[in-house]
Amino acid sequence: MDFLIANFAEILFYCLAFLTVASAIGVVAFKSPVHAALSLLFCFVMVAALFLLRHAELLAAVQVLVYGGGIMVLFLFVIMLVNVKDLKLEQVFLSGIAPLAVIGGVLLGVLIAFGLVFGVLASGHGDGTALRSVDGDEIGNTEAIGAVLYTKYLVPFEVVSVVLLVAMIAAIVFGRRSAGLEGAGGGGGKTS
Amino acid sequence: MIDATHYVALSLILFCLGLVGVMMRRNFITVLMSLELMFNAVNLNLIAFSFRLSDLAGQVLAIFVITVAAAEAAIGLGLIIALVRLKDTVALDEADVMRG
Repeated sequence: MDFLIANFAEILFYCLAFLTVASAIGVVAFKSPVHAALSLLFCFVMVAALFLLRHAELLAAVQVLVYGGGIMVLFLFVIMLVNVKDLKLEQVFLSGIAPLAVIGGVLLGVLIAFGLVFGVLASGHGDGTALRSVDGDEIGNTEAIGAVLYTKYLVPFEVVSVVLLVAMIAAIVFGRRSAGLEGAGGGGGKTS
Repeated sequence: MIDATHYVALSLILFCLGLVGVMMRRNFITVLMSLELMFNAVNLNLIAFSFRLSDLAGQVLAIFVITVAAAEAAIGLGLIIALVRLKDTVALDEADVMRG
């Protein structure tokens, strides 16, 4: 029991990490997109919990709201819009690329790991107070992010709003029924 | 003590799983989901280093990454709708109109 209390943060991290990786494997391996989507939702919530462990309270809330609430609903809407017979593919993976994909993934992973680990080994360990302070006053993570976001990072913030606007217009254009795409596929296209 | 290295390892596993999913899966919807996994791995890294370096810039950048991920999801799902209208399928290797 003492061990459990003394190492609570470590045990919590390892449990959350295990569940995150397990649900991520589920996303990649599940045949049905609905199962993959639910697995992905679970993964998002676990990642939000991991954010909490690193004193990123606002980010955890945003993760659950935007990913869990927004993006997942979008995915499920599309799954709902697509015909059931089109949704489940008999052949799950692309043919011929599997070994290449695995080798590429592992190589890239090793590369990133080396770069990141060697990059930060020199620095010390943080304690999280700086993440909730504004000008030395300890007030809260959300206030601190707001103070930085609307002063130092105001221009990127505005640029990102333009990105969202462009994405919205693009999604509407793609989703339009009279987009001039029908029948352009040279056979196999649906004429509606 | 859990430090940034643990988070790097976890985000690495997540990123590689996402990458393998993007490269191997045949279903367009699942490919987009794997892409979201990769975004999540990046965010985990940003948060871990934001804590380690006691710098809020990582968290602000993570907010931007989430915003761009939302935009990407909207466009990608619009593309899925267009593909299904055009081809009646979500299989990526059947979207070969522009293949030479």
